Amino acid sequence: IGYLLPWRLCLGISITVWFTLLFFCTIVPAVLGVSFGMRRLYMATLLKIFEWATLRMEMGAKEKNQELYKPYSNIIAKEPSSSLLQEFQELRGSASCLSSEPEFELADIFYFCRRGMETIVDDDVTKRFSAQELQNWNLLTRSNNNFRHISLRLTVLWGLGVLIRYGVLLPLRVTLAVTGISLLLVLTFLVAFLPNRDEKVHLMCYRICVRALTAIITYHNRENKPQNGGICVANHTTPIDVIILANDGCYSLVGQVHGGLMGMIQRAMVRSSPHIWFERSEVKDRHLVAKRLGDHVADKTKQPILIFPEGTCINNTSVMMFKKGSFEIGCTVYPVAIKYDPRFGDAFWNSSKFGMVNYLLRMMSSWAIVCSVWYLPPMNREEGEDAVQFANRVKAAIAAQGGLVDLIWDGGLKRAKVKDAFKEEQQKLYSKVLVGEMDQNQSDDKHSQDDNPEDANNRN
Amino acid sequence: MGSRASTLLREEEIEEIKKETGFSHSQITRLYSRFTSLDKGENGTLSREDFQRIPELAINPLGDRIINAFFPEGEDQVNFRGFMRTLAHFRPIEDNEKNKNATTSEPLNSRTNKLLFAFRLYDLDRDDKISRDELLQVLRMMVGVNISDEQLGSIADRTIQEADTNGDNSISFNEFIKVLEKVDVEQKMSIRFLH
Repeated sequence: IGYLLPWRLCLGISITVWFTLLFFCTIVPAVLGVSFGMRRLYMATLLKIFEWATLRMEMGAKEKNQELYKPYSNIIAKEPSSSLLQEFQELRGSASCLSSEPEFELADIFYFCRRGMETIVDDDVTKRFSAQELQNWNLLTRSNNNFRHISLRLTVLWGLGVLIRYGVLLPLRVTLAVTGISLLLVLTFLVAFLPNRDEKVHLMCYRICVRALTAIITYHNRENKPQNGGICVANHTTPIDVIILANDGCYSLVGQVHGGLMGMIQRAMVRSSPHIWFERSEVKDRHLVAKRLGDHVADKTKQPILIFPEGTCINNTSVMMFKKGSFEIGCTVYPVAIKYDPRFGDAFWNSSKFGMVNYLLRMMSSWAIVCSVWYLPPMNREEGEDAVQFANRVKAAIAAQGGLVDLIWDGGLKRAKVKDAFKEEQQKLYSKVLVGEMDQNQSDDKHSQDDNPEDANNRN
Repeated sequence: MGSRASTLLREEEIEEIKKETGFSHSQITRLYSRFTSLDKGENGTLSREDFQRIPELAINPLGDRIINAFFPEGEDQVNFRGFMRTLAHFRPIEDNEKNKNATTSEPLNSRTNKLLFAFRLYDLDRDDKISRDELLQVLRMMVGVNISDEQLGSIADRTIQEADTNGDNSISFNEFIKVLEKVDVEQKMSIRFLH
């Protein structure tokens, strides 16, 4: 037993030190809402290390005369794409527009063939559903294609990185997360008796969660923060988006009722502020959903609602189709753009690849989550604008601010097949080329949800 | 996702593909990464469903014919070699100048081979002839429901009449080449691959 004592002493001391550090460096600032600036220092140091690592890799590859794999470059140069009608008009020349004879040529097939091949090599949609590829290596094997034993120093650095991330950062973060959630559950219970403190409780718990992920967030244009009686819309990359936004303001969340731990958290949250949780059966009923949302925004004492109109997680390189539901309610919309810096850890949740627990573990063992949040000026639906056009206008504003690609494709294509209507649109256009204009009642609706994606993208 | 693409493709394989298709080393690794990202089953081959998952291809009226071009007769899976062999048809012809050590036989992206690729899109039963029926079917794919059977029939008749020189009421490959001799096939059937 004699030799166990000093060992137990060491253990005891290290645990005490650990917890004191934890307490003073993270929880106290979270409660008080101050920051020591340590996270930014951490960020700057990491960036320097990454640049060095990438340089070493490039030098190492050159020495061994191997090709370095550059995944982020384009495979093909796509022409600034013209629409189907434009291309065939060029082909035929202007004379044929006047002819009433159907003009078919065997060469017409070349257009469809080449376009099809281009999409097989590089298309706009499927790459949005997997993680973005990086330029510099960030010492995580999960984001590297060139990881071979290039040099001893690099491997040692990587090994050190693994040790720090899994041995130090991960346990620390898990402890914080558990603390944060427990505090949330306990305090929201107490707050029911102290009605005016709920905002403070809410913010405090989210701040702890933010530190649990080592999230370094920069908020821009805070004068545009969402107000009561409005809806806040943002692009969706990960469930963590909620924590990022709720860290800076109180929102009412919308979602499905879950069981288990999530359900408990949901019930706890409702005690302190009004959230809108739907039963699974109610989700399909669009009128019911619209009514509940409408009632909530009509009450000016209630917080703004937070909605992600894409409906699914996208990999933060683009913004996909916004579902029109939230834009039909008729209240002020506050757009928010969220852009993650992929160098420190990829925040995108690829739900077909990872479950929630696996995802959280990966998040907590990355270096950090660094992101920028821009609050855009509020927008309202204009005269003569329908919900879909309004949604597209908001989407364009968010994409422009966040430096994301504005796509008209539906995020639901992650799992579902594309609608036949789009192919029929292409066929209709080609028929026009062959036989000229069709009758009036066959012309397509202008502002339908089923707007031809290729042509719409060409217009943008 | 970041697949370990370049480490799974052996150097010898890359060299073989380079000789056969004329693609450069970096183009091959880049295309291999694309191949693996399409291969959801992660078994080293692509099925027709893997292609149909690309929305922009699914809305192409001739999408199914193009997908079919990747699969040899009677097969349901295409491996990376087959994938590259088909894509090689779309390399620009100018690129051949840079790769003088290509095979002595005709490169896959020659004008004739590009025309053969297009011919096979029309030739549904692979009997080396485009019959009136086959032409009608392909036309129907391209126009959907927007043109009547009679009009489509007359378009097909006229096309065969103009192309057919030996009177067998179908278009052979040589007749096909003749009809398209003035068309800039090189430009229309090429994709600009970056290096």
